[in-house]
Amino acid sequence: MPTTTVHASNLEKIFKVPEREAGLRAAVKGLVVRKHREVRAVDGITFDLAQGEVVGFLGPNGAGKTTTLKMLSGLLYPTDGEATVLGFEPSKRQKEFLSQITLVMGQRNQLSWDIPALDSYELNRAVYQIPDQQFHQTLDEMVEMLGIEDIINKPVRNLSLGERMKAEIAGALLHLPKVLFLDEPTIGLDVTMQRRIRGFVAEYNRRHGATVLLTSHYMADVVALCKRVIVIHHGIILYDGQLAGLVDRFSADKTIALTLPDSSINLDGYGEVASRDSGRVMLQVPRTEVSRVTARLLADLPVIDLTIEDPPIEDVIEDVFLQGQQEQEGQGT
Amino acid sequence: MKGTIDFYLTQMKLAVIVQFQYPLANYFYMIGMIAEPVIYLVVWSTVAVQQGGSVGGYTPADFAAYYLVWILVRNMNIVLTPYAWEQYIQRGFLSMELLRPIHPLHGQLAYFSGWKFVVIVMWIPLAILLSFIFKPNLDPTAWQLILFFIALWGGYLMRFMLLWLLGMITFWTTRVSAIFELYFTLELLFSGRLVPLSLMPEWAQTVANLMPFKWAFGYPIELILGKLTLQQSLLGLGVQLFWTLLALFFVRLTWRAAMKKYSAVGA
Repeated sequence: MPTTTVHASNLEKIFKVPEREAGLRAAVKGLVVRKHREVRAVDGITFDLAQGEVVGFLGPNGAGKTTTLKMLSGLLYPTDGEATVLGFEPSKRQKEFLSQITLVMGQRNQLSWDIPALDSYELNRAVYQIPDQQFHQTLDEMVEMLGIEDIINKPVRNLSLGERMKAEIAGALLHLPKVLFLDEPTIGLDVTMQRRIRGFVAEYNRRHGATVLLTSHYMADVVALCKRVIVIHHGIILYDGQLAGLVDRFSADKTIALTLPDSSINLDGYGEVASRDSGRVMLQVPRTEVSRVTARLLADLPVIDLTIEDPPIEDVIEDVFLQGQQEQEGQGT
Repeated sequence: MKGTIDFYLTQMKLAVIVQFQYPLANYFYMIGMIAEPVIYLVVWSTVAVQQGGSVGGYTPADFAAYYLVWILVRNMNIVLTPYAWEQYIQRGFLSMELLRPIHPLHGQLAYFSGWKFVVIVMWIPLAILLSFIFKPNLDPTAWQLILFFIALWGGYLMRFMLLWLLGMITFWTTRVSAIFELYFTLELLFSGRLVPLSLMPEWAQTVANLMPFKWAFGYPIELILGKLTLQQSLLGLGVQLFWTLLALFFVRLTWRAAMKKYSAVGA
C-alpha cells in the first residue's frame, strides 16, 4: 500500500477581514467601532496524497486552492484541522520539512531580478546546503530537461515570461524536493511552453518519485499530468477521485459525432443537436441512452462516420461548480 | 555552523553583485547622502568660529572629522526599515523567504551586510575628497581603529535587530507609520545624527545613554575621534551587545505569534 505523503483532515482557514461601508460617515464611525467579517477560505477539507501521486487541485478563483497550498507548505497557520506533509506539521516550519518541499507560484518570483539565474541558484545551494557534486549534477539535469542552457546566464529581468518560469522551476527544484506544490505554473505561457513545463513535471515525477499537488486553470495541464483530481469550491471539496470518474459522475450526457451525406436529415427523436456544420452533426444524448440511440442511428440513417465522445473536461468542471453552487444555495434557503 | 557561514558568504556575495549592477545609482545615492552632514558641518563650524574657535570642545576640524565619519556610520546604519516591511510582505518577498529552511532574518542580515562592503568602497574616495576640502582632525590610535571597526558592525547589527522588531508590528497592523515616525524622531535627536551629543544639555545626554540610538551612531564616531577612554569604548561595545540581545530575545518571543497572524497576502 502506498505511503501517505500529504494528509489533510478537516483543514480549515478563516480570515478575519475588516469591513466598512463607503463614505465619510462610515470612515469616521470606523475610528470608534471596527467591524470585521469572517471569510471561510477553506472549510474543513480532508484528503490524502500517496507518495509519487500527481493530483490536480481544481476550482474557480477564490475557491481556496492557494490557501490550502499555503497551509500545506507552512506559509499559513490553519484555523482548525490537521495537516501533515512527509510526517511533519507544516505550520511548525521545521528545517527538515522545508528542505523537502517546494511551492512554485506562477505569479511570484523567487529569483533575483537583477542577476543571472545561475547566481540565484548558487544561493539556493547555500540555503539548502546541497553538496557541490549533487548541486552540479542536479543543475545539469534541470538544464537538460528544461532546455535552459542559454537562459541561466542572462539577468532574469531580460528573460521572457516563459524563460523566467522555466528558470524559476529549475531553481525551486534544485534541492530535489519530495513534495511539489505547484500553483498555476503555466499561467500566461504559450501552448508550446505549457507543454514543455508539463513534460518536465511528468519527467521529474517519474525520475524522483515526487508527490505533486497542482492547481491550474488550463485543463490540458490536468489531463496530461493527473489521473486524480480534487475539485474545491467555496472552500469545500466537491469531488475527489479519478479524472475519468469526474466525467461519469457530473456529466449526464455524451456527445455522438455523426457525419452524414446530407446535412438536412431530420434528427428529431435521436437527441439534442448541439451543432451542425454541413454534414457533421454533434448530438447530445443522455449517457444511459447512448447505446440504444447509436444502434438506431446506424440502422435508420446513411451514416458515414460515428464517434462517441465525452464532453470537454472544461464543460464538466463548469458543471461541477454549477452543481456545487446550486447545492449550497439550496442549503442556504 | 559551516552551512550558516556558507549561506552568509554566498548571500553577501550576491548582494555585492546586485549592487555593482547599478554603480552610478549607488554613487548618486552616496552623493545625496553627503548633503545632510555637509550642512550640519558648515553650520557648526561657523558657530565654532564665532564662539572663538570651538564649541563644546569641538573645533571646525573636529566637526569635519565628526561628519566625515558620520557619512560612513549613517550608511552602515541602513537596514530593512519598518516602512519597507509593508512591501516586503505585500510583494510576497517574505513568503518566498519563509519557504526556505533558514530564518528570513538571516537572509536580510546577510544581504545588507554585503551591501555594506559596497558602501565602504564607495565611501573611501568621497572621504578623501571631503578631507581635502574640510581638513578633518582625525588621528586614531590602533586600538581605536580596531574598536571602531567592531563598533561599526556592532551598531549595524544592533540597529538591524531593533528595526526588525519594530517592523514586525506590520504583522498585526498595517499603516503604523506614526509609530515609526516617533521612533525615528527620537533617534534623530538622541543618536548624535543631528548634532554631537556632547553639545546637548546634560539631561539629554543622560537620556541618550539610556536609549539605544546613540550606541549605533554617535558612539562609534566619538570612539574614532578619540573622545572616549578605552574603558568607555569597551563599555559601549557591551551596551551594543545588550541591546542586540534584548531585541533578539523579543524577536524570538514574538516570531511564532507573528507567523500565526501572517496571512501571506500578496504572496
